[in-house]
Amino acid sequence: MKVGVDTSALTETQWHQYALRFTLGGLVTVAAGVIAKLCGPVIGGVFLAFPAIFPAGVTLIARREREKKAKAGLNGTRRGHRVAALDSAGAVLGSVGLVGFAVCFWQGITHNAPATFIAAAFVWAGISLSLWWWRKRRRSH
Amino acid sequence: MDYVIRFLIGGAVVSSFALLGDVIRPKSFAGIFGAAPSVALATLALTLKSQGAPYTAIEARSMMIGAAATGVYAWMCTRVMWKSQASIRVITILGLVVWAATAFLGWFCLSRMVS
Repeated sequence: MKVGVDTSALTETQWHQYALRFTLGGLVTVAAGVIAKLCGPVIGGVFLAFPAIFPAGVTLIARREREKKAKAGLNGTRRGHRVAALDSAGAVLGSVGLVGFAVCFWQGITHNAPATFIAAAFVWAGISLSLWWWRKRRRSH
Repeated sequence: MDYVIRFLIGGAVVSSFALLGDVIRPKSFAGIFGAAPSVALATLALTLKSQGAPYTAIEARSMMIGAAATGVYAWMCTRVMWKSQASIRVITILGLVVWAATAFLGWFCLSRMVS
């Protein structure tokens, strides 16, 4: 399957689901700051990779798939779980990229801050996308 | 005021990555954005401004542990969701215990190595 963009998901998502993600994202960012302030940067840093909106995200994906199947008169529970699992498998690859992001940031930030932000973002994207591509190739052979 | 700015920036960055994950297909590719450095980008930028580079570097070093824990957590969720019919909400929320345990183990090892 080719990588593409499908904007129909935007109309399927309700405003309160956007609000929930915004709130969770904001709260986790605040929490990361508070934890670092109270417990120091060693513990605070761990929470920078906390899967803040992951539960809400995959639950939403599964629900959408279930509802699509329900409209066709089918039980979409299994389909919903499978699609959520695929999304989650992508998050595993993104996590490997996230480790690369942290390593790049840790090593670079004391030398050149602006360049480190850009480099770390590219490292995350590069590792994650390469792993996805490699996995796709391996499965197609 | 600092926390309000943190909340707004964090919410905006996390929502933007989530939106990307919504519109991109296939789902296995879009899932990558579920582990995007959204909270990290917002927090590290604000920390750099307020605490300086050496402090931010320590946070980034610890972030490696959190990222590895997120990988273990997402892998576990993938396996359980693929094989069982249990509620996705229950799987992903109870799975956070795995995240916490992995992160604690990593933090324990790191603190031993540093000291």
